[in-house]
Amino acid sequence: MSDVLLSIEGLTKAYPGVLANDAVSFDIRKGEIHALLGENGAGKSTLVKMIYGLVRPDAGRMTLDGRPYAPASPHEARAAGVAMVFQHFSLFEALSVAENVALGMENPPPMRALAHRIREVSETYGLPLDPARVVGDLSAGERQRVEIIRCLLQEPRLLIMDEPTSVLTPQEVEILFATLRRLAGEGTSILYISHKLEEIRALCDRATILRLGRVVGRADPQALSARELAEMMVGQELMTPSRPPAPRGEVVLDVAALSLASPSPFGTSLKSVTMQVHAGEILGIGGVAGNGQDELLAALSGEMLAPADAIRLCGIEVGQLGPTARRRLGLLAAPEERLGHAAAPDMTLTENALMTGAVRQRLLNRGFVRWGAAREFACRIIERFDVRTPGPEHAARSLSGGNLQKFVIGREILQRPLALVVNQPTWGVDAAAAAAIRQALMDLAAEGAAVVVISQDLDELMEISDRFAALNEGRLSAPRPTAELTVDEIGLMMGGAHDMEVAHVAG
Amino acid sequence: MIRLERRPEPSRAWTAATPILAVALTMLAGGALFAALGKDPVAAIRTIFWDPLFNEQFAAYSRPQLLVKAGPLILIAIGLSLGFRAGVWNIGAEGQYIIGAICGAGVALALYPAESALIFPAMVLAGALGGFLWAMIPAILKTRFNTNEILVSLLLVYVAEQLLASMALGAMRNPEGGGFPGSRNLQQYPSAHNPELLANTGMHWGVVAAFLAVIGAYVLLNRHITGFHIRLAGEAPKAARFAGVRPNALVVFCFGVSGALAGLAGLFEVSGPSGQISIDFNVGYGFTAIIVAFLGRLHPLGILLAGLLMALTYIGGELAQFMLGLPAAAIQAFQGMLLFFLLAVDVLTNYRVRLGRGEVAR
Repeated sequence: MSDVLLSIEGLTKAYPGVLANDAVSFDIRKGEIHALLGENGAGKSTLVKMIYGLVRPDAGRMTLDGRPYAPASPHEARAAGVAMVFQHFSLFEALSVAENVALGMENPPPMRALAHRIREVSETYGLPLDPARVVGDLSAGERQRVEIIRCLLQEPRLLIMDEPTSVLTPQEVEILFATLRRLAGEGTSILYISHKLEEIRALCDRATILRLGRVVGRADPQALSARELAEMMVGQELMTPSRPPAPRGEVVLDVAALSLASPSPFGTSLKSVTMQVHAGEILGIGGVAGNGQDELLAALSGEMLAPADAIRLCGIEVGQLGPTARRRLGLLAAPEERLGHAAAPDMTLTENALMTGAVRQRLLNRGFVRWGAAREFACRIIERFDVRTPGPEHAARSLSGGNLQKFVIGREILQRPLALVVNQPTWGVDAAAAAAIRQALMDLAAEGAAVVVISQDLDELMEISDRFAALNEGRLSAPRPTAELTVDEIGLMMGGAHDMEVAHVAG
Repeated sequence: MIRLERRPEPSRAWTAATPILAVALTMLAGGALFAALGKDPVAAIRTIFWDPLFNEQFAAYSRPQLLVKAGPLILIAIGLSLGFRAGVWNIGAEGQYIIGAICGAGVALALYPAESALIFPAMVLAGALGGFLWAMIPAILKTRFNTNEILVSLLLVYVAEQLLASMALGAMRNPEGGGFPGSRNLQQYPSAHNPELLANTGMHWGVVAAFLAVIGAYVLLNRHITGFHIRLAGEAPKAARFAGVRPNALVVFCFGVSGALAGLAGLFEVSGPSGQISIDFNVGYGFTAIIVAFLGRLHPLGILLAGLLMALTYIGGELAQFMLGLPAAAIQAFQGMLLFFLLAVDVLTNYRVRLGRGEVAR
């Protein structure tokens, strides 16, 4: 009777202390790609969990194809034709593609028939995948294909994709988008969850925007600019980070042929990493997660020692120095993982300020802590970087992700480093805090520091960095000026090339 | 339905209240246990907690025992707590205690019968050094070869016990002892004796050392960067490495301090309350101190109180066995309950209890 597949009316879900979803209503039409847009904590995950039967709503109702729909479990949701690809894969690395697919099915056919079906589906939708390969050998993009094919074999009417592109290179994203468009063309509805605005503008027909659990807007993403979408999502005007052009200074951080085995068996060894970062410059380092980002940060921060002459700060060999000695010289770092690495969760902000600020802020007197000075330093960070907390005596874990990240980055910036290395500075941070952090990094460079930003957010790197390099399997590409790079070139630098030859997608 | 909900921050009020609540719960459950054994629960609890200190008949004997027993427990537990805070597990304090006693007594026995004011200080140094060196075995094996410090330190206890037996029967046996095992009694060797400093208090140099250790540990943990690094390493090891803490140096430091303090405890015991190296010199202080350390929440002042409380239950437990005929196993169960309840109610510090139906997203 209508072209609506799934209709959601007044869906509400409360958790202790938060209203995760507050009377959310929207429709998904047949064959459309519908974006669900919102910041972290806006309620996107709770909403799709209710649609997929993982969480039961407190109030409201759903209608699927005109019939009441209230799945009590993912099993019921799948039976009704709803499939979901999660952000984090649930695959067994030691098993083959076909075996993994079989494990996710209610009644798997014989292995040979299944392998045949997988091949068929993967060819139809332009997702090349060999059913006999072992999952452990596959790239993140290929693993995602396994998950997608597992869903497609159920011939779903609604496919939910949760942040699918966070692990993909630009080329892999293109392949995925082509597949999704083709699916939509055949009448499958797709609910696409993301906070990446350009993707949504490129792919989706309609968008529903969530903020703090409520629907705050419906939009045609192709008719709006990314900025307009972002402002709907955040609910306020966004400032765009900017800085005056500054002349490039001397080489501050000089890394020469740095090779280092990873201490973890699942880590990535660094292979002959070479880079020179000048005063007043931001070097952006991109790459898919797990290609040596953590190891590079550890090698630069001093957590992993390197040959003495592999790392130089203003000409001084620092490779053999530990973190404290490097801080004394002016090489500072902020790792990706906020809780447990950059900050101690159960310690107060004062103690966390002392953690890396002890030497440069002179917080010690013959080894004894000057707690008054440490508290003052914490207060300065809180004030300068607008960290929302009742005070420095509160535990780090009581802060929201964005606020803690502002604290962690601010702690290093306020120590006036000669060189600062940050890994994923805005990961999981709300848009306003992310903009503030980017601005702070640019200000730091403008004041003459050498800044290295390791990130998986390409938009971020394009926005703030002067030069760009990519990490791929522990190797760093030669840095190139950001202004003259195209998306295709970036993808090639990130190592997307090995998937290019099979990316012949029909339509 | 009862649910636990994680608090955004540890509750200060509960941190202070949980030990008291745990003692109260132990009294209730212990009373029920004693009642089930056919004893008057009120009398039993009173015998354990009240009589050792205030009973007219026994207090004169048992009150000094409180410090005599609490001293070594506190001294050892303070050292262990530093390591436990940092995630360094020295389980072999009992062995370090024995070696400290052997080394300290060895100095005295070698110099017997010379009299000098320098003998006792030399014994103190030797005791601390002995415990320190014994603790260095697991520490260096761990830092050099990544062995498990729990196993190595624990197994070295049994090595130390064999060494103790060999000393009591061989090298250190009293030549005037009529062939009985055991060394000369240092209580009868004035230069080597660790006497009761104030009559009828039980106060000896070991108790003084324990109090000094409490103060020292408090200052270290709260005011010094090394103490901060110890806490940081225990709470967030990756963050500690990022902050510049060298894990191996920390292992050596924690083992060294706890070994030296355990060695001191052994020396003060052998030169004071015990008096001689004998086969059954060690009575488990090194193991009980582990309980004391956790009972005191690894906090110096907490350990001071926990050490006194533990000593009290030992003395009171003996009294209850003797007076009421309670089985020794019931006393041990009672002490076990104390630790159990303390750890159980500890949950309330970090979680709050919620009643009612709730759904949790998977």
